[in-house]
Amino acid sequence: MKRSSVEIITEWDIVAARQLGRNEAKKAGFGTVDQARITTAISELARNIYLYAGKGRIEIERVTDGGKDGIKVVASDEGPGIPDLRKVMEDGFSTSGGLGAGMPGVKRLMDEFKVISEPNNGTTITATKWLH
Amino acid sequence: MNKITVEGIRQNMDEIIERWIKTMKEEKGERFFHFMPDHLIEKTSREFAELMTSNIDESDAASTEKINDFTEKVVRFGWAIKFVNKAIDNFSDIVFELLEEKHIINDANFKSFNQLFKNWINPLRESIIDAYSTEWERTVSLQKIALQELSASLIPVFEKISVMPLVGTIDTERAKLIMENLLEGVVSQRAEVVLLDITGVPVVDTMVAHHIIQAADAVRLVGAKCMLVGIRPEIAQTIVALGINLHEFTTKSTLQKGMQAALGLTNRAIVEVEEQ
Repeated sequence: MKRSSVEIITEWDIVAARQLGRNEAKKAGFGTVDQARITTAISELARNIYLYAGKGRIEIERVTDGGKDGIKVVASDEGPGIPDLRKVMEDGFSTSGGLGAGMPGVKRLMDEFKVISEPNNGTTITATKWLH
Repeated sequence: MNKITVEGIRQNMDEIIERWIKTMKEEKGERFFHFMPDHLIEKTSREFAELMTSNIDESDAASTEKINDFTEKVVRFGWAIKFVNKAIDNFSDIVFELLEEKHIINDANFKSFNQLFKNWINPLRESIIDAYSTEWERTVSLQKIALQELSASLIPVFEKISVMPLVGTIDTERAKLIMENLLEGVVSQRAEVVLLDITGVPVVDTMVAHHIIQAADAVRLVGAKCMLVGIRPEIAQTIVALGINLHEFTTKSTLQKGMQAALGLTNRAIVEVEEQ
């Protein structure tokens, strides 16, 4: 399947990542609302990489599963990892003085959401949106 | 030693240029050698070759002045840096090849030729890369300034009512600027209601929302009211999905509706005048 990626190193790479996401979502046939959802989710994931891990990568992939088409976003980094996953998924929890809506928000914006994180061993978040 | 080389190059200049043009025409990716008329290619190539050889005849170390001159002129050709690099590579390869064919270079003096080549070609290449990257950095910083000039000005529309249209991506730097302009403007324009228009903001994620909420809070502290307008339907849905709480300030779908509400808040209204 087609796969493209953006390295996240500076704040402007976040813009590049979500631009890529928006283009891919458009190509996959998502409507404007879902395009906005996917773009916003990518923005959150990329910003988390920039803020907490320093650098990482956003990969965007077109996927199919039993006749369904969709877009899979993989955000991976080799940062400090997430110490308490349950807490991060709570609304309003933030270690950076932000709104604390990012992670639970991404889960609500997308259809599937999976986090793999080990302390000091990086984080990989996979989020998929299906065309309905 | 140097003299023999230089003489060798000078005498075989025509052949070097001819071979070089031929090689460059086979290179892909640069249209210059395909679309330009032949006499222009000939002229530019000769110029390039002359520039290439201009710093070789003086001493072992090339003079900075000549290198700068070379760089400036080559940059003006407008070639891509990869192509310039290739051009330099091909040029030195061809010179070497030709000198070998003419038996000016042989096994005995190979080492010193190698040294000479290094002293000749490397500074040129370094200077070119340097010039190009300086040029890029300049462009980027100019664009940054241009972008900053586009950022966020507070416009007084009616007495007590001001509007700030936000266009484009909001990063940390711009968010700061927005906050400053907003607060300064509210005070100097004696605004009572400020309309923040986000029609032109492509993505509202938690960070952008956070900055907007902070700005609104700060506006409240200086005694005015902040209203968020220009919320597109898809943005409304993502804000809800993200779970961002915007209960504390009034939001409207368009600037027009926001303006009506703002007039209402300051006890005014737009009325149609009947003709008498």
